[in-house]
Amino acid sequence: MSSVSELPSSSTRQPREYQIDDGYSIIVRDVSVTYRTSVEGKPTLQSTIRRVGRRQRIVREVEALKNVDFRVRRGMVYGVVGANGAGKSTLMRTVTGILPPTEGTVEVKGRVSTLLALGVGFNKELTGRENVQLGGLAAGLSREEIEDKYEEIVDFAELHDFMDMPMRTYSSGMYGRLAFSVAVSMEPDILVIDEALSVGDARFKKKSFERMQDLCSEDRTILLVTHAMRTVKKLCDRAMWLHKGEIVMKDKAQEVVKHYTRFLQVAEDDELTAEEL
Amino acid sequence: MQTVKSTDPALPRSAEHRSRNGGAVPDDDVFRGDHHVYEPFKVGLPPLRPYVREVWNRRQFALQLSKTKLRAKHYDTALGQLWMVLTPLLMACVYFLLVMVIRGGSRGIDFFAHLCAALFAFHLFSQSVQQASTSIVRGGKLVLNTAFPRVLLPLSSVVHAFRRFLPTVLIYAVIHTVVGVVLGWEILLTIPLLGLILLMAAGVSCLAAALQVYFRDLSNFLPHLLRIWLYTTPILYTAEQASDRGLSVVMWLNPMAPIIRAWSSVIDEAKLPPAEVFAAGIAWAVGLFLVGILFFMSRERELVVRL
Repeated sequence: MSSVSELPSSSTRQPREYQIDDGYSIIVRDVSVTYRTSVEGKPTLQSTIRRVGRRQRIVREVEALKNVDFRVRRGMVYGVVGANGAGKSTLMRTVTGILPPTEGTVEVKGRVSTLLALGVGFNKELTGRENVQLGGLAAGLSREEIEDKYEEIVDFAELHDFMDMPMRTYSSGMYGRLAFSVAVSMEPDILVIDEALSVGDARFKKKSFERMQDLCSEDRTILLVTHAMRTVKKLCDRAMWLHKGEIVMKDKAQEVVKHYTRFLQVAEDDELTAEEL
Repeated sequence: MQTVKSTDPALPRSAEHRSRNGGAVPDDDVFRGDHHVYEPFKVGLPPLRPYVREVWNRRQFALQLSKTKLRAKHYDTALGQLWMVLTPLLMACVYFLLVMVIRGGSRGIDFFAHLCAALFAFHLFSQSVQQASTSIVRGGKLVLNTAFPRVLLPLSSVVHAFRRFLPTVLIYAVIHTVVGVVLGWEILLTIPLLGLILLMAAGVSCLAAALQVYFRDLSNFLPHLLRIWLYTTPILYTAEQASDRGLSVVMWLNPMAPIIRAWSSVIDEAKLPPAEVFAAGIAWAVGLFLVGILFFMSRERELVVRL
């Protein structure tokens, strides 16, 4: 009955109706996500009463994703690139089921390690150890599982002396290192990593890149959001380029990087400086 | 480019369903299971049984969260954890003075005991609600980045308040003994009454947490609202005094009033409360619990969009 929207880059060899059992881990069908924000910024009771009194509804809609449609095969490393505000994080949150899509459906098969390092660091008043524990428990791990992984996480993050200090005392690099360590030490079928690779000093970057390579060579589906083009080229099989919520292209990772890099060089936008690359 | 809507109308919303090839048996975990379908948000309840099971599976999270928050709360104060008992005790003293000044007369020391017992119980309720109201909004990264039943956050606030309540039980036991208030088997009724308070606290907490996402002013209103709630509950006066002044309707319309009334009756006088007071307490507690928790669950998936 329904037709999958034909995007120029999606080849037409495959059947029109994709089933999750055909070897896909993730099927995103024409998903749009619209945030509704009131103009005042934060919705407050006062403004609501005033608005209701005037019988008006001031709602500004922000379309974070527009008709995004893609599939990821099992075991594939799929890259997502795009400028700030392109909708990458929104896409990740939709795939992990945190944000409901406004339109379309997302189908996922396998245990998903939720993106962005399990929400580690959600409370800066708590210590690193407590944050790791709570993040793990919220994600549904048992105390024993967390205990098993804890040493490994701390070792990798090299934060032995800091784990019992409140996270507000952490530097941003330390923060990122911990988040990355937590994300990669979980053992999910589908791993969603959001810009976690560009943390820490050069040595840690190298270390985390190697860790990513290991993960990618295993039979896992990985959705990787990053600004580092070198990472996309080296690690990803396929990639998509998002711009303002829409897919500009999806193709082999090499091709996407090539076009995206060319676009960046042409664009005069200050946000897209070389430091992000 | 027309949109593709749900391809299979039989797919349950955001729930796992049996994988069609009969391969791996998906566990019933909505958040971690094998196969998920996420569809647009509609106001409605998630499948209840898997949801409840999932909440139960992650009870450790709520317990741990309340524990660590407790530890972090008075991290930099000199008196540290002592504040857990000092705050309610000081509050009782302040209200005792207040009542003495206003009434002019000298109330007996057993009134102080009554005040403590009732205030500590009400404090448990108001603390959970106040904590819970910001639990989702302040949940930050955890709420945005991890898929789990969000109802755990307000529930954890209730656990938190309960943990803070426990030491005050000891304090009260000392006061009770020193003052020499009567003691009878009726005091055992405080246990089911405590259960009712917690049930109501959980319901109102969920309600407050969800509403706070829509109206960010709520957390500013809440302390005042809770204070008025406290004043309309027979704590600074007795239910009989309220009835004498023709305020008995308040004693029924205020959901906390019957419970506190029964609470005071069994603790202060070792007397069974009238059956209708008990019944009203149960009705309010169960009712508010269901309203609060179901409201929260029906909105849960939308909350993230509005953060």
